[in-house]
Amino acid sequence: MSDHAITLTVNGRQYTEQVEARMTLGDFLREKLGQTGLHLACEHGVCGACTIVVDGLAVRSCLMFAVQADGTEITTVEGVAAADGTLNPVQQAMRECHALQCGFCTPGVVMTLTSLTTGENEPSEEALLKAMSGHLCRCTGYQGIRKAIKQLTAGEAA
Amino acid sequence: MKPAPFDYVVPDTVEEALEHLDRGAGDATILAGGQTLLPLLALRMSTPGVIIDINRIPALQGISFGGGATRIAPVTRQNAALGNGDLAAALPMLTTAIAHVGHFQTRNRGTVGGSISLGEPAAELPAAAVALGAEIEARSLNGERRIPAEEFYIGPYASVLEMDELVTAIHFPDWAPGSITVFHEVARRPGDFALVGLVGALTLEQGRIARAGLAWFGMGPTPMKAAQAEAALIGQTPAQVDWKAVADLAVSETDPFDDHSADADYRRNVGRSIFARTLAEALDQGAMA
Repeated sequence: MSDHAITLTVNGRQYTEQVEARMTLGDFLREKLGQTGLHLACEHGVCGACTIVVDGLAVRSCLMFAVQADGTEITTVEGVAAADGTLNPVQQAMRECHALQCGFCTPGVVMTLTSLTTGENEPSEEALLKAMSGHLCRCTGYQGIRKAIKQLTAGEAA
Repeated sequence: MKPAPFDYVVPDTVEEALEHLDRGAGDATILAGGQTLLPLLALRMSTPGVIIDINRIPALQGISFGGGATRIAPVTRQNAALGNGDLAAALPMLTTAIAHVGHFQTRNRGTVGGSISLGEPAAELPAAAVALGAEIEARSLNGERRIPAEEFYIGPYASVLEMDELVTAIHFPDWAPGSITVFHEVARRPGDFALVGLVGALTLEQGRIARAGLAWFGMGPTPMKAAQAEAALIGQTPAQVDWKAVADLAVSETDPFDDHSADADYRRNVGRSIFARTLAEALDQGAMA
């Protein structure tokens, strides 16, 4: 049972912490750094609720150990809106299209869509819909999410 | 749903990883992408004393071509392999299989070698390795060997790999340009493990099937090579093939199981129908290309 010191950047701020090897990145971000916008549900990679962005890529935070994130740059749902509270385009589209019901799966959905639409990326509607197969919404509110994706990709093309 | 305690080491070189494996004496587990291992740890189906993280060993990442084969280093991420245009040109059938592994988010971490080493019987890549005639390169402190994928798997999540051996590459032999991709998977949702899957390749020469590599996934305790069906196809023109007979032969080489999603008879029935349809459609498309 080993402990390790890690240094990582989360939502633009650097942290150095001591972690037990078996602690998942999701648990670390919630319990040690208070990033409770990150939602953990199945904790074995099926549901997608805990999806975050690590070094630019959307990954399951329950399927990485915190110790593996040493030296990485992480964005959670807390880090996507502007400092003044202005929503990012994904959040805005989801808000306008009523793309959440209870909101539990939403942080994961936001992070996948944000990772795929940030920077130079102009993914097709189909590519975004395919990536949504990695998220479960137990309210089955998928139509709103589909609408938000349509709006997002229409905006990209315009 | 939390892993049991373990010691964690993160070697910088293959040699260092092999020393850890040797010292671990059967109590050590390799962590590559973790997309299969972490669920096993969380469910406590696996409780190793030592975890050796090979993600920071540069020599274990990347794809190279030459000498009649494609060499894929084990920690190559599945999405990195999908984004490699040279791989798509050399082995489109492998790229097709990788695109069906898990979800976009798990492919960002999940590795080609991790999936092939672990040998989940319903997974795409172990079956692709068997179908395409891949060899698995394994190293220990005592040396290196190459194991044909067909001889690698001995049961669910069980292989002939020794406790002190690390998979250091997977070698896929070249398939002639224009070879035809065979792939069909029946799953409850996109991204789920297959209930029944078929993967492989066919090469036509002067209108006749000259080479065939086919394997099932989700149809037995390991990937199941359809060796008799392959032999029956060789030398035939697509129009000559008695698809029903070959499909029956291919399904006779499987050993499917019952689980909460489907029973063995269902799997055999689905297998029979997708085998004939998938191959006939693949050959049609190949003839047009």
